[in-house]
Amino acid sequence: MEQLKTIGRELAMGSQGGFGQSKEFLDLVKSIGEARSKAEEDRIVLSEIDILKRRLLEPDIPKRKMKEYIIRLVYIEMLGHDASFGYIHAVKMTHDDNLLLKRTGYLAVTLFLNEDHDLIILIVNTIQKDLRSDNYLVVCAALNAICRLINEETIPAVLPQVVELLNHQKEAVRKKAIMALHRFHRKSPSSVSHLITNFRKRLCDNDPGVMGATLCPLFDLISEDVNSYKDLVSSFVSILKQVTERRLPKSYDYHQMPAPFIQIKLLKIMALLGSGDKNASEIMSMVLGDLFRKCDSSTNIGNAILYECIRCISCILPNPKLLEAAADAISKFLKSDSHNLKYMGIDGLGRLIKISPDIAEQHQLAVIDCLEDPDDTLKRKTFELLYKMTKSSNVEVIVDRMIDYMISINDNHYKTEIASRCVELAEQFAPSNQWFIQIMNKVFEHAGDLVNIKVAHNLMRLIAEGFGEDDDDADSKLRLSAVESYLQLISEPKLPSLFLQVISWVLGEYGTADGKYSASYISGKLCDVADAYSSDETVKGYAVSALMKIYAFEIASGRKVDVLPECQSLIEELLASHSTDLQQRAYELQALLALDARAVESILPLDASCEDIEVDKDLSFLNGYIQQAIESGAQPYISERERSGMFETTDYHPQDHHEVPSHALRFEAYELPKPSGPPQASNELVPVPEPSYYSESHQPISTSLVSERESSEIKLRLDGVKQKWGRPSYQSTTSASSTTQQAGTPTHSDAGVGSSSSKPRSSYEPKKPEIDPEKQRLAASLFGGSSSRTDKKSSSGGHKPAKGTVNKPAAVPKENQTPVQPPPDLLDLGEPTDTTVTAMDPFKELEGLMDSSSQDGGSSDVMGLYSDAAPVTTTTSVDSLLSELSDSSKGNPRTYQSQTSKGPNTKEALEKDALVRQMGVNPTSQNPTLFKDLLG
Amino acid sequence: MSILIMDNYIYILISRQGKVRLTKWYSPYAQKERSKHTSLILHAMYRLYVNSVELFCNFVEWRGYKVVYKRYASLYFCMCIDQEDNELEVLDIIHHYAEILWELQESSKKTVARIISAQDQLVEVAKEETTSISNIIAQATK
Repeated sequence: MEQLKTIGRELAMGSQGGFGQSKEFLDLVKSIGEARSKAEEDRIVLSEIDILKRRLLEPDIPKRKMKEYIIRLVYIEMLGHDASFGYIHAVKMTHDDNLLLKRTGYLAVTLFLNEDHDLIILIVNTIQKDLRSDNYLVVCAALNAICRLINEETIPAVLPQVVELLNHQKEAVRKKAIMALHRFHRKSPSSVSHLITNFRKRLCDNDPGVMGATLCPLFDLISEDVNSYKDLVSSFVSILKQVTERRLPKSYDYHQMPAPFIQIKLLKIMALLGSGDKNASEIMSMVLGDLFRKCDSSTNIGNAILYECIRCISCILPNPKLLEAAADAISKFLKSDSHNLKYMGIDGLGRLIKISPDIAEQHQLAVIDCLEDPDDTLKRKTFELLYKMTKSSNVEVIVDRMIDYMISINDNHYKTEIASRCVELAEQFAPSNQWFIQIMNKVFEHAGDLVNIKVAHNLMRLIAEGFGEDDDDADSKLRLSAVESYLQLISEPKLPSLFLQVISWVLGEYGTADGKYSASYISGKLCDVADAYSSDETVKGYAVSALMKIYAFEIASGRKVDVLPECQSLIEELLASHSTDLQQRAYELQALLALDARAVESILPLDASCEDIEVDKDLSFLNGYIQQAIESGAQPYISERERSGMFETTDYHPQDHHEVPSHALRFEAYELPKPSGPPQASNELVPVPEPSYYSESHQPISTSLVSERESSEIKLRLDGVKQKWGRPSYQSTTSASSTTQQAGTPTHSDAGVGSSSSKPRSSYEPKKPEIDPEKQRLAASLFGGSSSRTDKKSSSGGHKPAKGTVNKPAAVPKENQTPVQPPPDLLDLGEPTDTTVTAMDPFKELEGLMDSSSQDGGSSDVMGLYSDAAPVTTTTSVDSLLSELSDSSKGNPRTYQSQTSKGPNTKEALEKDALVRQMGVNPTSQNPTLFKDLLG
Repeated sequence: MSILIMDNYIYILISRQGKVRLTKWYSPYAQKERSKHTSLILHAMYRLYVNSVELFCNFVEWRGYKVVYKRYASLYFCMCIDQEDNELEVLDIIHHYAEILWELQESSKKTVARIISAQDQLVEVAKEETTSISNIIAQATK
């Protein structure tokens, strides 16, 4: 602020011409003011830089001239250009004895330099000298510079002097010294930790300005450690009391309000101290009550204090009287025409509603008004409030509103936020599964690319698990309704990828489950999906897996399977796909079609997605296989520890020597392709040292013909590339296989979360419509659950459909209302509340201090002399608005591990697959390596 | 009159043409961060400007930024504040700031002369104090 004042003053002086500002400078200011474009402005500034560079080189520049140059440098810097060539002159000017020049110098360096600049070291000395000056204006200038320019390393150089200045006779100096200490505390708390008592002492300074300045560091300290400052509660309360009683000098008034900024700071501190502290809260309640009575709500600053009171009351222990006063203030805010006040009212309501949920009820119509206001800021704030007050009785209305709003906005950032809130509320309060699925469908349809993938998995799990009770009928109804809704939606153009994955999975699992839809109908739809979104491999993968399930169920139930021509062509296309994942799925599907019913049933049993997977970590089912292999000459497995013991001194990495069939690194070829499969060149023999191919090393082999000669050959070959084949690959495979179970299909691994989140849904009750006008109806449905008054109002109503898009009439539940929200837990009672009492109380004289200061108050304020220490830098830069306008939509390309094709030996692989499935493992899209590991 | 230290604030003056006229950073930010913040704040303001609404809130919340703004003539005074800050208070801080600027803009010769003479007086007072103190010291050390 002061800097600006100075600049302005300089300019004002310039226009007078009295202080020697040259015409050149005035013309510069004028021409920049008149510049039509950024380019023109840049041209002017660049030529100005040229001029100054030349001028500054001239010898013996008169001081007054130099001052003007430095101000011109500030101007250049302000317009976003580099004036570093002149910094040194500004530094030199701080050495000047003339106060005006010195202050100009300090002003310029605080604007030019930052605390890490090389020139700082030249200034520290000057600052040290100036801090000792007899002229308090010089000291102030130096303290200002300290706030801006002293870094952690240079703090010790000035710290003793600053501490000394805390007792300076001039209040302006004391205030600035406090600010400097505060700055030090921010930069390096340890450097001033032994000086913290100074803040306490200065709190009872005779000068209100100094006292006000100590509130800032105290606020910081108290937010870090509340309990050490509990003894100050009564001091803060008494200060606030005196301020409100207008015992401060008149010069502290702002718009007829006594020191409002100090009041607000005090209220913030009291909120911290009073939270969860009964004693402190009681001490505060009196002054808070007074504030509500006294506060002038006709000015903006008066309302700012009122709002701060509301916040304070929401933080301290609830006090019925204060809550009532706060509620009154809020209703004034909400009734006001000013959007600002409405906004603050909504915000305050959101804070109080946690303490007394009933409070919102009297403001229902005002809230609805805000919700329908064209002002986006207000609308969003209101949605935030609704989000906070959602419970099972009003969740449907609120989520419907949110979704309507979500559809209407374009800002992806906010859309994501709203979508995730919808999901969260729906998961928490959904009255029924049907409703939940409908909401999820809407969210996916309109913001599918923005929601977390977990949401999709949750939805699939819900559909798979149903109600969690043994009510198969309800479950199948739920699934049928899901399938029906998806079949409707599936033909919509441009569905989000994630949604299509859910659709495909559900259609695959349950599309044909109750016989309403034929296999060919569903598979046709799935083929359409794969065709329409041919660039999305994940969706295609889901679609092919779904097809496989459909056909498997058909085969297993003994029906004849007619593969649709488009499906056949899809399979053929995918057999040659570049994506190995899709290729593998296609091969599996093709092989499956050739199997008999019994085999297929064991591969893909009907509705088995929820079956528990028992992972046999010992792989005991392979014992027989291993036995057989050893008998036919394979080497027995040597555990890693033994191997590392053996090979400690050799160059070989232990991981290179797996010899057990299940996890071995094998480099011999597959056996020759059977004539049925397409010819496939197998390049397994050559270990390609590319990391992307590492998963290949776990490629299961179909035969166990491992000769010692071959393996030793491989070892030799591997020498050069051992790092690529080291430990990580082995580990990553095991970890990948464990994540697969969660990522791919919703399985038991997430079940715990699911059952807990679905609990409230069973508490759904049928609702009765009513005939109140639209808004009242909405209001009632939003707020109804909380009071009996609204209950009466709504139950007296007749019939009227609520809203076209709402799936259930908005109304209040009639009976058996159990609030789902837990009782407000504002009181952090776990916190120890004992206060530390200092041995000596420095605040005894506090009561009287304001009086004494008001007596000599007139002299205390010369605004121009001391500034707020906060400003850091002033620059301008003109950015193009439009450059930032385009939202970068985040793409989320899924990367697949690249791998070569599995080879033609599909039939055998599938039989292994079946074996694994008997162990309960399902195929997943995410990580085919799991199967390679298990199938070996 | 005292205004307390503010922190983590960003202060920006924007003209109606979307030109940034002044930025003030109350915490040290690297140049890169600055331009990022500036453009994001500009973006937030621009959305508002496009809607050209006079009656709406003086607050904009956008991507985690909370901007309080006030329009004076053709200038938007914007202040980026913390989530927990009191918006109404900030509005008054802006107003106070603008009032001071206004004072400085005062172009009448009389006011300027007054400011200058006040400034001169300060310097004189300071000088006098210096000399009187040094006199005292001189006398004391005699």
